[in-house]
Amino acid sequence: MSEYLRQMPENVGPLTRPPGVATKLHVDAPLLVLLLLLTAYGLLVLYSASGQSMDAVVRQGRYFVLAYVVMFAMAQFNTVRWSRWSPWGYLLGVAFLAAVAVAGVGAKGAQRWLELGGFRFQPSEIMKLAVPMTIAWYLGSRVLPPASRHIAVCLLLIAIPCGLIIRQPDLGTSLLIGASGLFGIFMAGISWRFIFGTGLVAIFSAWPAWMFMLEDYQKQRILTLLNPESDKLGAGWNIIQSKTAIGSGGWSGKGWTQGTQSQLDFLPESHTDFIIAVLAEEFGLQGVLLLLGLYILILLRAFWIGLNAQSSYGRILCGSITLTFFVYIFVNMGMVAGLLPVVGVPLPLVSAGGTSVVTLMAGFGLLMAVSTEKRVVGQ
Amino acid sequence: MASRVVLKDTQREQRIFGARSLVALGFVVLLLGLLLARYYNLQINEFEVYSTASERNRVQLQPLPPKRGLIYDRNGVLLADNRPSYTLSLILERVEDLEATLAALGELVTIEDSDLEKFRTRARQRRPYDPVPLRFRLNDVEQAYIAVNRHRLPGVTVEAQLQRYYPHGELFAHALGYVGRINTQEMASIDQAAYRGTFHIGKIGLERRYENELHGEVGYQTVETNAHGRVLRVLERFDPSPGEDLILHLDYELQRVAHEQLAGRRGAVVAIDPLTGGVLAMVSTPAFDSNLFVNGISSRDYNALRDSRDVPLFNRTVQGQYPPGSTVKPMIAMAGLEAGLIDPEFTVPDPGWYRLPGDRRRYRDWILRIRGTGHAPEVDLKMALAESCDVYFYDLARRLTVDGIHNYLDLYGLGRRTGIDTTAERPGVLPSKDWKRGALGQPWYPGETLSVGIGQGYMLTTPLQLAVATSVLATRGEHREPRLVQWLGDDALEAPMVAPLIADGAHWDAVVEGMREVVHGRRGTAKAIARGMEYEMAGKTGTAQVIGIAQDAVYDEDEIDERHRNHGLFIAFAPLEAPTIAVAVIVENGGGSSAAYPIARAVVDAWLDREPS
Repeated sequence: MSEYLRQMPENVGPLTRPPGVATKLHVDAPLLVLLLLLTAYGLLVLYSASGQSMDAVVRQGRYFVLAYVVMFAMAQFNTVRWSRWSPWGYLLGVAFLAAVAVAGVGAKGAQRWLELGGFRFQPSEIMKLAVPMTIAWYLGSRVLPPASRHIAVCLLLIAIPCGLIIRQPDLGTSLLIGASGLFGIFMAGISWRFIFGTGLVAIFSAWPAWMFMLEDYQKQRILTLLNPESDKLGAGWNIIQSKTAIGSGGWSGKGWTQGTQSQLDFLPESHTDFIIAVLAEEFGLQGVLLLLGLYILILLRAFWIGLNAQSSYGRILCGSITLTFFVYIFVNMGMVAGLLPVVGVPLPLVSAGGTSVVTLMAGFGLLMAVSTEKRVVGQ
Repeated sequence: MASRVVLKDTQREQRIFGARSLVALGFVVLLLGLLLARYYNLQINEFEVYSTASERNRVQLQPLPPKRGLIYDRNGVLLADNRPSYTLSLILERVEDLEATLAALGELVTIEDSDLEKFRTRARQRRPYDPVPLRFRLNDVEQAYIAVNRHRLPGVTVEAQLQRYYPHGELFAHALGYVGRINTQEMASIDQAAYRGTFHIGKIGLERRYENELHGEVGYQTVETNAHGRVLRVLERFDPSPGEDLILHLDYELQRVAHEQLAGRRGAVVAIDPLTGGVLAMVSTPAFDSNLFVNGISSRDYNALRDSRDVPLFNRTVQGQYPPGSTVKPMIAMAGLEAGLIDPEFTVPDPGWYRLPGDRRRYRDWILRIRGTGHAPEVDLKMALAESCDVYFYDLARRLTVDGIHNYLDLYGLGRRTGIDTTAERPGVLPSKDWKRGALGQPWYPGETLSVGIGQGYMLTTPLQLAVATSVLATRGEHREPRLVQWLGDDALEAPMVAPLIADGAHWDAVVEGMREVVHGRRGTAKAIARGMEYEMAGKTGTAQVIGIAQDAVYDEDEIDERHRNHGLFIAFAPLEAPTIAVAVIVENGGGSSAAYPIARAVVDAWLDREPS
């Protein structure tokens, strides 16, 4: 089967159109332009959000350069290779996670890091790409829509890393990784009956779980998570301040570096998870629309790449990466605006931080690899 | 694997993927729409709400307490000042290790256990970025220690606040009163907005009576603060209006002399300028250091003051109610003259005692125990005043009746509050038949009238009342409410006039002549102070009995407990022809007036020395 797949690109005849420079470099030009615009916008907001620190901008700029290099490098390998490498990446990632559980480095009560020769990294980051890639590899090499036993295997493949990550404990990352795997299954064409059935079971099992399995303090924590304003001085304070920042921005905003909520330290974590509040305060709804516009164009381009992918592997991977990217946006913006409980999710390509940026751009590198695959005649 | 070749239907898979992409895209658009709706709602619909919240976050209204008005004596000597007082506070948010910081501070400045205790209580009540006071009133050395060590004490601040300071300590304690920390009771009655940022309020005396004027008006500034409460800049400022300064009638030098003269004794001196009603000196001893009260007196200090037998907290000038003794005789004489019952030539036979018609009881003259006889076979008005003849006044009192005395002495302001501009004044007692029936429910007995005639019995006056009555004598009938404050800011305050006492000039002459004889006469009861006097003074001595002396018993000063000795009194005005000062002195248990008149002489000397007349 893998033999057959590997042959496929070689079997096709002439390309539908002559390859341009971008295609030769394996770069998707529209996506690159959109990403450049987004990261530039992000740096502009970061300068203000970091208390007008050029150092922070330069540091983040370096991460971006690194991330673009990674993206560019990943785009150079074709999807057949990526498909072949996917299960190995997955196994390596799971091994690292197991190692973390045994010999990980702790910080703030969580054990998430692995130290290798003085270099500290977080294996769960690997899984953010390895899980969708593995699902794409597994389902892509089978007849779609997937059979139940294949779905069962996929669920197991998802459950192993998620279980290990939950134990670190890092519920947020675990949920995002789990979602990225499920998106792959969804894109592969799992039947609606299965989706709704599972959904109903989940809903009906939630109530007895709530009634009989949770301790009072756990219920309290969940309730606080759902309604942060009940805890005005603790978690709720952050949300009140970020809503105030967003709301007081109005239509046109207070002006760049003029946001009082952010500049006067009322906003928590203004340059990381809560950076959208700075943007909303200083650039107003206009600025939010601009950001959402960029995100939507990126999402549309990513879907388009998926639709035009030459292999199931490419299609499923694109769909999974794109939806995961969207979930980041939705969860972060929803959480800062008080729509969703507060979980530590950065705003993609805008929040300060190196790892998330590199992982996201690596994902876009994969998208570009898919978009510049050799095309099949007659498509 | 090779045995199971799977044939993939690429077109079908693409259709599936296309359909799923559309569903996913639909979902994405829906959720993005939800996000957009949320941001639209926050930023457009609720913009006003959050703008206000954001402003409230950022901008704080800070009160700027006004500077309390200063108090000066008539010559510009500062009597009540404002001085910076330094408070040591901790901003908990910036303190790295609270216990270590407290320990380090404990080595630099004195911190009592009670300070620590109060600090911990306050610390629990305040937000982490509010300074929590630990020690008040740092002295210069302590301040320097903190300043030098500040780099290793993060979160430690020293703030200055203006605070009342009384440079002359106890000298003006009773005259000025004092300020103290606002208590909960006062909090309920004051305009809280006006006192925002102010911690002190006038508690008693002038400080309380003129509280509204001294306090001033609070100002405001709006400041931008960050989330930690640190002030970043001032946005707007409305300056406070300082309180009005007071310039008093009091004379520092006079006050000092009077205080010195009373030193070590319990007593009071009140001196009034009869022309203006201004109070030139107002001393009550023993006194206390008013500065003790400003920041809350310690209970040890307070108990010591409260429990002292000498009652230093008691303002004898307005609260002390004493029998005036013979100091009322000039006024009784005026009553007799005005009523036509006597004239200056009228004489009374004086065997040394007096007997009411139909009564066998003898009312003795004070001179009886000294000479065994009266002042002279026949005593006229001048001699009666000069030698303080009791028999003369027994006779006159009997004829005036108690109500006659009451009605006339009332014109001098005795037995009621003078209306002076300070607090805690008491009225004294000017008895009458009605008064006794009302107060004691008893009828008036004729013998009691005789006692009133020589300022004994039920009659009680304050030193201030005596000084006012003396100034009425000095001005021959002009009567003003006494006043401590001369200038309130730029406004001159005039002492209100009370209905003048109109009397025959010859009668005034006769009484004043009698009072002149008290000091300058050959047998005047105060002739001891006339020596070396470069002006003429009119005076009247008085001795007030503290305990009743049994009929025919002999009063022996040495056998009587010091606390039961007679009070010595003296009233005087000078210079005789154009009086510029009227003074009343009382020395509690001084034995007799000889304790009082040298004090009056010293005060008048000090005044006339300074007043070019």
